[in-house]
Amino acid sequence: MGIVNNKEQAAQKGGIPADFPGDVIPAGNGGNILITTLDKVINWGRANSLWSLYFGTSCCAIEMMQTGAARHDYSRFGFEVARPSPRQADLIIIAGTITTKMAPVLRRLYDQMAEPKYVIAMGACAISGGPFFYNSYSVVKGADHVIPVDVYVPGCPPRPEALLEGMIMLQQKILKEKRLEKPNPIDGFDEGK
Amino acid sequence: MGTATLEPTSIKKGFKSEEYFINMGPQHPATHGVLRLLLTIDGEIIKKVDPDLGYIHRSIEKMCESNSYQQIVHLTDRLDYLSSHINNEAVCLCVENALELEVPERVKVIRTILGELTRIASHTLWWGVMGMDVGAFSSYFYGFRDREMINDIFEETCGARLTMNYNIPGGLMQDIHPNFVKRVKEFIPHFRSKLPEYDRLLTGNIIFQKRTKGVGVLSKEDAINFGASGPVARASGYSCDVRKYHPYSALDKINFTEALDTTGDSFARYKVRIAEMWESLAIIEQLIDNIPEGDHKVATNAVIKLPKGEFYQKVETARGEFGVYIISTGTKNPYRVKFRSPGLSNLSLLNHIAVGGKIGDLVATMATIDIVVPDIDR
Repeated sequence: MGIVNNKEQAAQKGGIPADFPGDVIPAGNGGNILITTLDKVINWGRANSLWSLYFGTSCCAIEMMQTGAARHDYSRFGFEVARPSPRQADLIIIAGTITTKMAPVLRRLYDQMAEPKYVIAMGACAISGGPFFYNSYSVVKGADHVIPVDVYVPGCPPRPEALLEGMIMLQQKILKEKRLEKPNPIDGFDEGK
Repeated sequence: MGTATLEPTSIKKGFKSEEYFINMGPQHPATHGVLRLLLTIDGEIIKKVDPDLGYIHRSIEKMCESNSYQQIVHLTDRLDYLSSHINNEAVCLCVENALELEVPERVKVIRTILGELTRIASHTLWWGVMGMDVGAFSSYFYGFRDREMINDIFEETCGARLTMNYNIPGGLMQDIHPNFVKRVKEFIPHFRSKLPEYDRLLTGNIIFQKRTKGVGVLSKEDAINFGASGPVARASGYSCDVRKYHPYSALDKINFTEALDTTGDSFARYKVRIAEMWESLAIIEQLIDNIPEGDHKVATNAVIKLPKGEFYQKVETARGEFGVYIISTGTKNPYRVKFRSPGLSNLSLLNHIAVGGKIGDLVATMATIDIVVPDIDR
């Protein structure tokens, strides 16, 4: 028994109008309720204990450190633990420029992380190359050429509040995940060649 | 335990010891960025440290050749992002010297005050991270708490917290915020009361002293031979402060003592940086009441063309001597720009001072050299 998301199927079963806005999860024989409740509990747990990897390459790393320090303190939102090892991390905050020499390392770190894994691209460099978009021969024009990115936080560097907002957006994204339908983010990933 | 005479215990017992190789970085929290160190070690004793650079090489020098002189300034923010204001100042001074442009006194004083605030902000960050590298996490929070106050001052006046981009060739982007003087005056007594707290928290700590005293000793001769500058060289007794010997902006009217030490170990480098924070406060205090009235910039041409020739300007950043070398052919773009970054020459002596020490001490030594990797790779 899977979750039925197709609105037409749902309409046939439960008599819900076909133009009903939003997803419809009809109550089945109890299995669906169990899975959706389980989803809620697991997602709540995942969203509120995201362990990030120490991954700062340049200027944005300083603002990331400020976000973790006394005034802004991202541990209020469950980002308390930062790990130096990718095996123990759930989240990479790409804080800084990715160069062509660093790109294979970033991909290896991402591959070494255990599922589920999430990525925040922090700052203009990680989004698009930023100030190094033109005339630079060694900068990767955006970290999403290397690994799939969940949340983009603009700024050069972004303020700590902006990073906090990006982190909360990631939490909201995790809370909406469905356990049975979650694909591996690297499957079918387009490196934008 | 930093002496080169240490031998692994296995040799004493008559066993054959074997050197092996480990990789530190590029993703390692103690390398302060993406530096890769290739370590050859024997047991716990380091035999060779071989830095592998280029993981954050962003081709800034090449980019400068296709940018105008006003556009170069914002790229220097991203070199040594902890001394961004001082880097901007170096480029602006170099362009102004080439144009033989005399900036108003007001600009000089404001530049110096902001430069010293940048130095304090950089050293507070270094202090927090230094404590974290040797295992004391509290210093991280204390250091960043005071850094936030400086960031507020920067944000109000310059519009950005970290990469300020406030200097332009010919002066400043805009005039200072009306609150600037008040905020700086609030900050000075606040930070004066907090600096002894730093000493109580970390300097007197017996574990911290054992981790740093006698570790990574650099002699004065070696400091000169390797081209070291900044607190690293001054901790070995090499008096090399650019602010003292080649004063720029308003620094020629200031009385301050250069922080010096003679021991040359990690603890001496630590003490020199703490002393520099006191000195920076003294410099700001001498200037903050005497900001002259006047314009915040002099008019320059919209397209700046430097005369044909070669120009060099050096300044003292939080890490040491930062130099800008511009070759101009008389067009609106420079023909070649070279940055002399303090981090690269300070890193070059790492192999010299870390060999013979324990692998755990390498982290403490690297923390006191205080490298910023984008400054090295450029």
